[in-house]
Amino acid sequence: MEQKKSKMSILINGIIKENPVLVLVLGTCPTLAVSTMAVNGLGMGAAATVVLVFSNILIALLKDVIPEKVRIPCYIVVIAGLVTVVQLFVQAYFQSIYEALGIFLPLIVVNCIILGRAEMFANKNSVLNSALDGVGMGLGFTVALTFIGCVREVLGSGSIFGMQIHSIDPMTIFLLAPGGFFIFGCTIALVNRLTKGRGVKRKSFGCEGCPAASSCSQAEKAEGGCEA
Amino acid sequence: MKQIVIILFSAILVDNFVLSKFLGICPFLGVSKKLDSAIGMSIAVTFVMVLATATTWPVYYYVLVPNHLTYLNTILFILIIAALVQLVEIILKKYVPSLHRSLGVYLPLITTNCAVLGVTLLNIEETYGFLHAIINATGAGLGFMLAMVLFAGVRSKMENAVITKSFDGIPITLIAASIVSLAFMGFSGIIDGIFG
Repeated sequence: MEQKKSKMSILINGIIKENPVLVLVLGTCPTLAVSTMAVNGLGMGAAATVVLVFSNILIALLKDVIPEKVRIPCYIVVIAGLVTVVQLFVQAYFQSIYEALGIFLPLIVVNCIILGRAEMFANKNSVLNSALDGVGMGLGFTVALTFIGCVREVLGSGSIFGMQIHSIDPMTIFLLAPGGFFIFGCTIALVNRLTKGRGVKRKSFGCEGCPAASSCSQAEKAEGGCEA
Repeated sequence: MKQIVIILFSAILVDNFVLSKFLGICPFLGVSKKLDSAIGMSIAVTFVMVLATATTWPVYYYVLVPNHLTYLNTILFILIIAALVQLVEIILKKYVPSLHRSLGVYLPLITTNCAVLGVTLLNIEETYGFLHAIINATGAGLGFMLAMVLFAGVRSKMENAVITKSFDGIPITLIAASIVSLAFMGFSGIIDGIFG
């Protein structure tokens, strides 16, 4: 029973307690770029989830084989291979999503969430737990992206999941870059408000959330590290 | 010549990588607290962007295309970038230690910077020639620098402001970024206006 509970908590952890977008504030680039429509957010989330689950599984399997010193490049190769597979799959079966996501589909390779989970979770945990963590984190990413996508789509194009809402006058600004930053900022503020400031783990953008932090030894040494 | 100027200026101002394409948001928000670190980071990024484009462009057109392996571009480009960053770091450390001290800090972070991989992939997608690709990469780097420097200024003003508790920290930084990017929207159309 105890075992089962902990498995469940790994899964839930990524969705609520450590939501990668809203609590850990990772993967900001794809979050802002593809959340113009709820469907795009969903597509991006699904693609990233598939990559995350398989990369977590593979890295958990390979953790004893990969030499400590070159682990980051090894993770990148594993992730890049998976991204290529997903990219070809999406291109073949979901042409419209492929076009909407554009360059951000191959850029899943450098998504901090995936590399971060490889570094923080998969190389320390069993295969099953890593897979569950991947599913949880991926769902958390998808939920956050879809939520922000819904808000921007309603405000920006007056529709939701492509269905027109007639009572809303669309404000195109929310589909453009400024609206993306604004809605994302407000969403995090909302999470802060609802959790009375305890929710959002990262208080500012800095080294602690960066997956490269542990490999970037200068970060601690030099005064002017990542977050100077 | 006109083409070159157009590519350069649209990469810097109109299609600014950070503020309108959402590439390289992590360093944009993370390293922009102080002006000198913002400049250091953006010089390193510009340098790696140009170098990465100069390497990946020939590899794509002379190795991948003739062998019908273009679908491998993502995996190959990220490997090239990772190797390049490592190489630049070693060279700087050995031969220009003073530069390594000021820029070396940012180098490991650049491998996973989506702006660098992004610019190499975009150059291929836009089917730029070699020279145009290099110009585009330079412009992207300079645009990144402009955004970083401007935003560092905005943030230093924000330091002393009293902010509602829920908005303190990350949310207000994002909203400030939103306003800066709103200002950059003013540049859209400038290219047509001047060169059109």
